[in-house]
Amino acid sequence: MVYKQPTDGVDPAGAVGMQGAVCPVPLQHEDQVVLGHGSGGKLTQKLIARYFYPPFENPYLLQGDDSAVMDWPQGGRLAFSTDSHIVSPLFFPGGDIGRLAVAGTVNDLLMVGAQPLWLTAGFLLEEGLPLSVVERVAASMRAAADEAGIQIVAGDTKVVQRGKADGLFVNTSGVGVVPEGREINGRRAQVGDAVLLSGTLGDHGIAVLAARGELDFEAQVVSDVAPLTALVEAMHAVGADLHVLRDPTRGGLATTLNEIAHQSEVGIEIDETTLPVNPAVEAACEMLGFDPLYVANEGKLVAIAPEAQAEALLSAMRATELGHAACRIGRVTSKPAGRVLMRTGIGARRVVDVLSGELLPRIC
Amino acid sequence: MKYVTEYRDADKVGRVLDDIRATVTKPWVLMEICGGQTHAIVRHGIDQLLPPEIELVHGPGCPVCVTPLELIDKALAIAAMPNVIFTSYGDMLRVPGSGQDLFSVRAQGADVRTVYSPLDAVKIARQNPDKQVVFFAIGFETTAPANTMSVVQAKALGLTNYSILVSHVRVPPAMHAILGSPQNRVQGFLAAGHVCAVMGYWEYPPIAEQYGVPIVVTGFEPLDIVLGIRDTVRLLEAGEVKVGNAYARAVTFEGNRPGQAVIDKVFTSCDRKWRGVGMIPQSGWCLRPEFADFDAENRFQVAHIQPEESPLCIAGQILQGLKRPLDCPAFGTECTPEHPLGATMVSSEGACAAYYQYGRFADAVTEHAEDTAAS
Repeated sequence: MVYKQPTDGVDPAGAVGMQGAVCPVPLQHEDQVVLGHGSGGKLTQKLIARYFYPPFENPYLLQGDDSAVMDWPQGGRLAFSTDSHIVSPLFFPGGDIGRLAVAGTVNDLLMVGAQPLWLTAGFLLEEGLPLSVVERVAASMRAAADEAGIQIVAGDTKVVQRGKADGLFVNTSGVGVVPEGREINGRRAQVGDAVLLSGTLGDHGIAVLAARGELDFEAQVVSDVAPLTALVEAMHAVGADLHVLRDPTRGGLATTLNEIAHQSEVGIEIDETTLPVNPAVEAACEMLGFDPLYVANEGKLVAIAPEAQAEALLSAMRATELGHAACRIGRVTSKPAGRVLMRTGIGARRVVDVLSGELLPRIC
Repeated sequence: MKYVTEYRDADKVGRVLDDIRATVTKPWVLMEICGGQTHAIVRHGIDQLLPPEIELVHGPGCPVCVTPLELIDKALAIAAMPNVIFTSYGDMLRVPGSGQDLFSVRAQGADVRTVYSPLDAVKIARQNPDKQVVFFAIGFETTAPANTMSVVQAKALGLTNYSILVSHVRVPPAMHAILGSPQNRVQGFLAAGHVCAVMGYWEYPPIAEQYGVPIVVTGFEPLDIVLGIRDTVRLLEAGEVKVGNAYARAVTFEGNRPGQAVIDKVFTSCDRKWRGVGMIPQSGWCLRPEFADFDAENRFQVAHIQPEESPLCIAGQILQGLKRPLDCPAFGTECTPEHPLGATMVSSEGACAAYYQYGRFADAVTEHAEDTAAS
């Protein structure tokens, strides 16, 4: 059997050089917003760097952490963050959009070492949404706020025509204060530091995907969505010098570790065999072709701290309900700066990259 | 997880690797046909652990990569039509056609939905009798039973609003094409376990014999892959031309007979163009005339869409195992998963995407290994 060439007889398998190669037109998605811009991965980073950093530019914005930390004119430091929440379905095993909205902003404040104080909540309501849904979401937000020890002190509501929103969107903004002497941000990972993870990966992303029902698979997975206040307080109580805290939400652990490696200009090496994944999440990921490293979490954190303090921190984390499955997953290295490496289960090494676009189920 | 963790056991994999090192005496070039295997090899770093005599080259078994440009353009045209719900396996959404991809069409208002199985697309057709529901039926033999079953089911239900856009390809004609090429370097094949789970491996002995190459049916976990490599190397070293099965827990010689029967009922073989490679005679499947009503190409009159793609892209050479992703100067620079220049970078199963995702675009891994050794 011989090949028939598709067009003008040029042999693709022959001596054609790469110079002058004309391949399918690259799609840069630079003319319109696509869902991948909201994935938390590379497209999101590009969107922010290209369209939001230049017009807003200031030193606080460019810190690039979960919250901005600003010197308060009268002394002390203020942490400030905002987060918009969209999730379908609005209620899922383990949580709902209200709990997600409170936990998301509280956790962003906690991740810079702040003590969260007050939240605001903005609601975009779609015409026709049952008011019983609004009631349930508001009650859930109150419960999550009590759990986190904060108050929701201001709010806003807007209603849009039916079809112009998916039921209910919630934005929360929050402020907190950063205690004297606490310096926690993505630029502080140091060579030799230990990398700790507070629990299993991927529970939120898989729970929501299963609850959505579109892919017609069922999994007994409960979202981990929670304000991490009690866990973080227990970690501060150890008196350790926490260098970095971050919650691996959209884009998953892989994206979070890459952000830290990039900000601190260090390498991070993790060990595949140490990564905790709930068996039901692992099974769903195997079936759908997802890697739990890229699936969203809403109640987990990564901590980077000096090796000498790692064991004390792990004990304190494990003593809390939110961190009972905490473990050490790797260490900070000098090279390759800005990259995350993984020692695979069979003893080889590979790079762990940032999520590229939307997570897509594979074909087979 | 049973059937997964036990096949990722480092000690078991290590013992088979020792076995391979003890067996190999000269250089051999092996091709893994399936893109899923390419990904597993790079994801787990299996190639780093093999003795230097063994070179793995990556085959054409990425269904997303080889789907020709014209079919993607037809999919985009159909998806953009009013009253159409276009359904697809997830990773087709990213593949660029001449000017757009399904993500872009969806962003402009088309109803494009990801399904995990074509039977879900049939369900959508039942739930939406006033819409035309189209499923993008791509893939190798692996997806053919489900794709054809959706047509059988739609026919039995009397659905007139369901059709499939077919771009099915088959492995054996591709193996003939690779082995028959004057530039062929492949000395042994790891046959794709999922394909063989459907088709068995009764089609392979004549191929092995004709070209004098051993073929070993191989699975997807690290232990499966090193076992497939070990069996192939043993046959090569012994000078035996045979077809072996290192994936017996999923594959029998006959394969899935009911699955083959439903494929045969709905599909007939036809010539098929492979993106980046070209026309391979009798390498695809099309709908039989009695199922022509379910052919989206007829229903939506898109036959006139015939874009030409330059044959110069290195993706074609990579899909034939003649070049590796790192041989391409655009790799990792102008060509990345966000800015794919070729099919093999687009699909999650493409060889270039695997190399990129698992960091083979820099010397990062080796550099770091030295760093660790020195410290």
